[in-house]
Amino acid sequence: MTQPKTIIEKIWTEHVVDRTGQDSHSELQQLIYIDLHLVHEVTSPQAFEGLRLASRKVRRPDLTLATVDHNVPTIGRDQPNPDPLSTQQIEVMRQNALDFEVPLFDIFDIRQGVVHIIGPEQGYTQPGMTIVCGDSHTSTHGAFGALAFGIGTSEVEHVLATQTLRQERPATMSVEVTGELGPGVTAKDIILAIINKIGVHGGIGHVIEYRGEVIRNLSMEGRMTICNMSIEGGARAGLVAPDQTTFDYLRDRPHAPQGKDWDHAIEYWSSLATDEGATFDREVVIDGSEIQPYVTWGTNPAQSTTVDGRVPDPETVPTEQRESIERALSYMNLNANVPIREIMIDRVFIGSCTNGRIEDLRAAAQVANGRQVAENVGAMVVPGSGLVKQQAEAEGLDVIFKNAGFEWRDAGCSMCLAMNPDILLPGERCASTSNRNFEGRQGPGSRTHLVSPAMAAAAAIAGHFVDVREVIS
Amino acid sequence: MKRVSSVQGKAIPIDRVNVDTDQIIPAKHLKRIERTGYGPFAFEAWRSDPNFVINNPAYTGAKIMITRQNFGSGSSREHAVWALEGLGIEALIGTSFADIFRNNSFQGGLLTIELPEKDIDYLMARAEELPDSEVIVDLPSQTVRTADGQWERHFEIDASRKHRLQHGLDDISMTLEDEVGITEFEKQRTPLKPSTLTVTESA
Repeated sequence: MTQPKTIIEKIWTEHVVDRTGQDSHSELQQLIYIDLHLVHEVTSPQAFEGLRLASRKVRRPDLTLATVDHNVPTIGRDQPNPDPLSTQQIEVMRQNALDFEVPLFDIFDIRQGVVHIIGPEQGYTQPGMTIVCGDSHTSTHGAFGALAFGIGTSEVEHVLATQTLRQERPATMSVEVTGELGPGVTAKDIILAIINKIGVHGGIGHVIEYRGEVIRNLSMEGRMTICNMSIEGGARAGLVAPDQTTFDYLRDRPHAPQGKDWDHAIEYWSSLATDEGATFDREVVIDGSEIQPYVTWGTNPAQSTTVDGRVPDPETVPTEQRESIERALSYMNLNANVPIREIMIDRVFIGSCTNGRIEDLRAAAQVANGRQVAENVGAMVVPGSGLVKQQAEAEGLDVIFKNAGFEWRDAGCSMCLAMNPDILLPGERCASTSNRNFEGRQGPGSRTHLVSPAMAAAAAIAGHFVDVREVIS
Repeated sequence: MKRVSSVQGKAIPIDRVNVDTDQIIPAKHLKRIERTGYGPFAFEAWRSDPNFVINNPAYTGAKIMITRQNFGSGSSREHAVWALEGLGIEALIGTSFADIFRNNSFQGGLLTIELPEKDIDYLMARAEELPDSEVIVDLPSQTVRTADGQWERHFEIDASRKHRLQHGLDDISMTLEDEVGITEFEKQRTPLKPSTLTVTESA
């Protein structure tokens, strides 16, 4: 009888190119085959240049897809881009796609968008695949039961040239979320709760499988939000085993298998789930019924508390944490013991690969509907892709947002990392649905609080954090 | 890839946990299309504080950086490695490194050496008290030692990585030597997997 395996081990083993060493733990590094390589303008120019210098080609353009998302403007796209460096980077992406025959979703393509939104949207992202991209949030694709992780530019070049990657076999970690989620609590709150528990370094060296009733009951979009932020818990990747929810999402997507292939695919995908009796290197269990809406107060995604909580007091925490909390509070300009609900905000950003999908916009619109953004608060909604934008407009969400005083923008990474003109001013405080509250992440001196889309919309209207459950009930 | 053997030099102490790559190189400097020239922007925000250790002339010329838990967390940007190289850093010695950062460092021949926390405590304190004291990272013998020979520790590194670093092997050339293996693998891949070139109905 074969030994029970986790989904992580199954996908890994299936992709090891050198089959002789497939179950060997003695050699840490193994060459694995990559099924899909997503490329964007910021981390690829030096990789394509490397290919040129070595007279190499892209081995599998048919397993490669490029888009422009990180530094594209989200407004005035018919005007010349005011930033010459961004313009150059976008031009270089175009030229590289052309020269190396890589398909590109360019800026006026309706399918353009944040790279981790468009893969699933088009049905490119499927269970059992290995997916890489020069972006740490590639873990998003794990929601489909794929092994998906971010890589650096040299590794991008390696994948372009060989369609393989040399990687260390990952350790495995189970994060089980049990019970039933309370009303108004979302996938974003779950992942913030998980990171709060394991810490920003907790997942180093591991791939996480998210399991349990709460995860099973989430939509694909919710699962994507969770897997997206695996890297914020230090994990190499995160995934959810495919099930009927996955299959229903994929059916009839432009690149999903069709006809007889679909039936074969379902059979294969169904075989991927972790076998009964398989063991993980580490296991964490979280009671889902206790998760509340979360707000980060610090400068990493683990520095968070629930909406009815308070900013921590450095005097009452263990000494080893004191310095980093003091530093975070100083940067965030927050006093100890201040209730989260009393923190006033200047800006709101709804979007990103974490929370820029249609369900996210619906959740925010539900809160915004018939209400007004507070005076002195600037709020913007940036759909994750051209197709998300189109869908939202078909549902009238754009009208709801605009009537409430939100700006309605074109698709891109936008204020998540502020590489385009969407940037906070020094000292500005933002309720953001993105994934990182690092110092300076949304612009030099910017102060970021991570929240769910509904919580962000509620904060936009109140001008400070509020419990969204009280707004929508 | 450049050949790496041993690194000897002053050690600069970065005594903070979870140093993310946004701090090492802010996103606004990722718009360049070159691999070099990032050194002046390394730790840009922290360097605006005159007391930040990198501004201390006593550490000028340091080749080694002493770091804490989860150094290089966050974004996958290899520009963080290029920025550290631009500062003249050739080896990092820390408690733990974020996975993608560690891989990127290896690609650039920047050593990431992990030691237990008590050893890092020692090296951190020593670097703070004696900025001129030198540390040696010796790859062939897998040891870190102080230049005065008073203190020495062994470190672990994957054998294949060590080999590639010592011989300056180009990863891509090495992989392409297994062209047959890759082609064989491709032949038995399931045809169900998607292609990005197939004609799609516009949605």
